[in-house]
Amino acid sequence: MVESCIMLSGQPLEIRWHGRGGQGAKTAALLFGEAALDTGMYIQAFPEYGPERMGAPVAAFNRLSDKPIRSHAGMKTPRVVVVLDASLIEPAKVTEGLIEDGGILLVNSNEDPAILRKQLNLPPGIKLYVVDASKIAMETVGKNVPNTPMLGALVKATGVLEFEPMMEAIKHKLGEKFRGGKEKFIEPNLVSVRRAYEEVRC
Amino acid sequence: MILAKTGNEALAYAMRQINPDVVAAYPITPSTEIVQIFAQYVSDGKVDSEFVAVESEHSAMAACIGSAASGCRTMTATASQGLMLMHEMLFIAGGLRLPIVMPIASRSVSSPLNIHGDHSDSLASRDSGWMQFFCETVQEGYDTLIQCVKIAERASLPVICAVDGFILSHCMERIETFEDAPVREFIGAYKPNWNLLDYKQPILVGPATMQDYFFEFKRSQIEGMNQALPIIEAVQAEFKQKFGRGYGIIDEYRCEDAEAVVLLMGSACGTMRDAVDTMRNQGKKVGMVKLRVFRPWPAQVLKESLRKFKTVAVMDRADTVNAWGGALFTETTSALYDLDARPKVLSYVYGLGGKEFSLADAATVLEQAYAGRKEDLVTYIGVR
Repeated sequence: MVESCIMLSGQPLEIRWHGRGGQGAKTAALLFGEAALDTGMYIQAFPEYGPERMGAPVAAFNRLSDKPIRSHAGMKTPRVVVVLDASLIEPAKVTEGLIEDGGILLVNSNEDPAILRKQLNLPPGIKLYVVDASKIAMETVGKNVPNTPMLGALVKATGVLEFEPMMEAIKHKLGEKFRGGKEKFIEPNLVSVRRAYEEVRC
Repeated sequence: MILAKTGNEALAYAMRQINPDVVAAYPITPSTEIVQIFAQYVSDGKVDSEFVAVESEHSAMAACIGSAASGCRTMTATASQGLMLMHEMLFIAGGLRLPIVMPIASRSVSSPLNIHGDHSDSLASRDSGWMQFFCETVQEGYDTLIQCVKIAERASLPVICAVDGFILSHCMERIETFEDAPVREFIGAYKPNWNLLDYKQPILVGPATMQDYFFEFKRSQIEGMNQALPIIEAVQAEFKQKFGRGYGIIDEYRCEDAEAVVLLMGSACGTMRDAVDTMRNQGKKVGMVKLRVFRPWPAQVLKESLRKFKTVAVMDRADTVNAWGGALFTETTSALYDLDARPKVLSYVYGLGGKEFSLADAATVLEQAYAGRKEDLVTYIGVR
């Protein structure tokens, strides 16, 4: 059973994104926040600002809630961690603070989930999801931009948003981004989200 | 409309709706996007504003002063070193009573170099004759900037509308925006009493005024600030009537029957609300007083509020490096001094240079306030 379902009940759902500068962790967090907003949630999306360098480890964050979100504290114990680049697993300490009872780790990797789980020595309470978002991105968008497909995998892994409304929201946002002759990039991106939603394993 | 916007986006969006006559700006992190997005509005023809790209913040404020003295509704945006470079000009805008409106993504001041959020820049400008608002959320930033136009013009005083740098300026939140027409209706047309371009009523702006009249000009400026608070309250009430969202000079959160409260400004108030709820659930009588308006200093409002409590923990997100704590602490204690029975006041400095202020930190301050004591005069939260 791949799909899980996180219910919001007053407490914000906290998500941390790990990526490398240029992979779009911040963009993904903002896009995910906007999509969640379109389904009626309260949201926060914010990046961690360090030195901005291509390839350097970066993090970004989401809070989603059915109630207004008041805290502006940093995020120490996320329920969900999304890793855009598997090479960050050790150096970025991606599991740090991840809730051990019911936490979700979603990794962009071509590794088998069982093998990866062993390598990571994950506590039994953390669910691991794996999707080859880089491959999907290469085959659809033609570039290694794993951030967009990961949105589809994230929705499957958390069940916090419904898929079709999220696709509508993403379509709308991509429409704002790809204008003036760039419209042709919208559809491949959407396909990548759908494929990651379907192909994510656990 | 319900939108997801970062603080910078929301402030720029409000600026578009305000549609000022002139914006003169030089972008600086973390408020850069305000100016960048506004410049996009200008080139897309979405505003009628004259956008003046200048070579420094000093020039930005100089251009704003010229524009405002000519009777134009004038705005700019800056932060940190940019505000420092404007410093000389801030006093001139204040002294000339020009209603310039300036959103700020408030942040620390070098050295050491740091681009992150605290209140060092705005609080360093506190004697320049500008009104100052500190906002808790992106929504409040958007709402307050719209109010500021009306407040500034009615009070004939310039105003800073501060959101915490990065913590709000770069945080995307859910906000509810208004349609353009009601915003423009709310702020109305700007009708200055005088302006440089009115040749039928010629005026002199910024002459040398020596021993004979300088003090009288200053006294009149001081009186302007003295009378600003009722204007702010009136505009806040008008805003609530029109748009439904209400703001006070202060916001008392769960202060009914509270024994100890925390007084603070800006984005950390939200975190503090969560901490207050947790302690209230444990039966501890604590609350929070959020201060929204730092200039004019609302001494009477604070006195009326804070006299009810046994202990008040005052939290500054900037230090004055005066060996006596932050500005909020010293001004609060001075406001309470002539009360017959005063609360005990504890001083904290937190979050300098964007230092994390966690829920646990908030709980610690509340616990100490509830206990009514701590060891040092000033406690620096989270310093290694």
